[in-house]
Amino acid sequence: MGSSISITVNGTVHTGEVEPRLLLAHYLREALDLTGTHVGCDTTSCGACTVILNGAAVKSCTLFAVQANGGEIKTIEGLANNGELHPLQEGFWEKHGLQCGYCTPGMIMSAYDLLQRNPDPSEQEIRSGLSGNLCRCTGYHNIVKSVQFAAEKMRS
Amino acid sequence: MTTSAFEYHAPISVSGAVQLLAQHGENAKLLAGGHSLVPLMKLRLAQPEVLIDLGKIESMAYIREQGDGLAIGAMTTQTQLETSSLVKSRVPMLAEAAGMVADPQVRNVGTIGGSLAHADPAGDLPAVVVAVGAQLVTSSTGDHRTIEADDFFVDLLTTDLRPTEILSEISIPGLPPHTGTAYAKFGNKASHYAVVGVAAVVTVGSNGVCQSARIAVTGAGPKAVRAASAEDALTGSNLDDSAISAAAGRAGDGITDFNEDVHASAEYRAHLTTVYAARAIRTAASRAS
Repeated sequence: MGSSISITVNGTVHTGEVEPRLLLAHYLREALDLTGTHVGCDTTSCGACTVILNGAAVKSCTLFAVQANGGEIKTIEGLANNGELHPLQEGFWEKHGLQCGYCTPGMIMSAYDLLQRNPDPSEQEIRSGLSGNLCRCTGYHNIVKSVQFAAEKMRS
Repeated sequence: MTTSAFEYHAPISVSGAVQLLAQHGENAKLLAGGHSLVPLMKLRLAQPEVLIDLGKIESMAYIREQGDGLAIGAMTTQTQLETSSLVKSRVPMLAEAAGMVADPQVRNVGTIGGSLAHADPAGDLPAVVVAVGAQLVTSSTGDHRTIEADDFFVDLLTTDLRPTEILSEISIPGLPPHTGTAYAKFGNKASHYAVVGVAAVVTVGSNGVCQSARIAVTGAGPKAVRAASAEDALTGSNLDDSAISAAAGRAGDGITDFNEDVHASAEYRAHLTTVYAARAIRTAASRAS
C-alpha cells in the first residue's frame, strides 16, 4: 500500500508513491539517484547519511521518506552553486579533510548546519558540533581545519 | 536494514491521533522523532503493524510559561529545549541535559515526549523529569490523566501510559528560590547514551544548609529512579565536600540490579553512580544562589 509524498530536494519538487517503510536515505539514493548520501552504520551512529531537512541536519537512515513529506531537503549534491564549490567543499579540498571520502558528505552537511547556527565556532564547538559523525580515516584533525577554513571564508 | 511493513498514518491533530490509537490499539505504535523506535524496527526488534506519526501535529510542540514553571509540548525537540532561553532561565538542567542527548542530528529530531514514553534505561530526560518533579499529561479518547514523574517510569522500557494514551504535555513546576540544578553523565563514547547519568536539584538556605534535594539516577538500573537515601543524607547538611561525598555514596542504594552489559559491568555502574552523583550535587549546589 503506497503513500503519496511530495518532497523538495535541492530545490526540485519530487512526487511519488513509496512504501511507508522506505528509509529517507534509500529514497534519496535509489528513487532520486542522489548517491552522495551514504549509508554507513545503518544504526544511527556514524552520520554518513546526514542531510538537511527543513533547515536542520538529520540522519536520513533513521527517518522514513514519508516523515519528510512536504519538506525541503538539501543533500551534498545541492551545495555547489553553478559548478562553484561551496566553501565547505573547498575547505575539505584545501585542508585535506578526507581520505576515503565515505564520511565526507555527512561531515559536510553536519558542518553546514553547525555553521548556519554558529558562524564562528571554536575548535571545541566544531568537534562537539560534529559529534554525530564518525571518521575512520583521518583522525578528525584535518576535518576541523576544513571547517575552520570554510567558516572563515563564509564570514568574509 | 529495512523494517517490516506497516500501515502509516499522519494525523494533523491530537484528536485525530487519539482516534487512530483507539482504533488500532496494541497493533499501533506512536512515532514521534523515531530515533529510539526506528532503530529498533530496523533491527526487527519491534514490528508494529501500524505507525501513527505525530510529526505533522504542529500543536504538540511548544514551550510556554506556566506559573513560575513551564508547560512543554511532547513533540518539542531536544534542540528546541537546548536552545530555549525560557528553559535555560526556568529549568536550566533541562536545557543542559537536552543538549547532552546523543548528537546534534538526533537532537534535531528526538522529542521529549518520545524520550519519556520510550523510557530507555539509558535515556537522559527521564532522570531530569523525575528530579524536577514534573507532571506528565496525557490525551486519549477518554479522560486526560496527569501522572507524577515519580510514578511514570514503571520498569525497563515500561511507563504508566495506557495503550490508548498519548503523552501530550510535560508540566514542570517552578524551582524554589536559591535552587541550583545540574545533570552529569558518563556517556558511551559512540552513542553518548548514559552509562550512568545523575540529575540533581538542590535548594540551599541562607546559612548554606541544604534545605531540600531531589536526585535521580538513569543508566544504572532498568529505569530512572530517585536516589532517596542520598537525598536524605544531603538534606540538612552544610554541603561541604564530606557531606556531598557521604550523600553521593548512597546514590545507588535504591538500585538492586545494576545493568551489566558490554559498555560497563554492574560493579562499574555502581561506582559511576556515586561519582556522578557527587559531581551533579556539587555543581547544583554551586549554582544555587
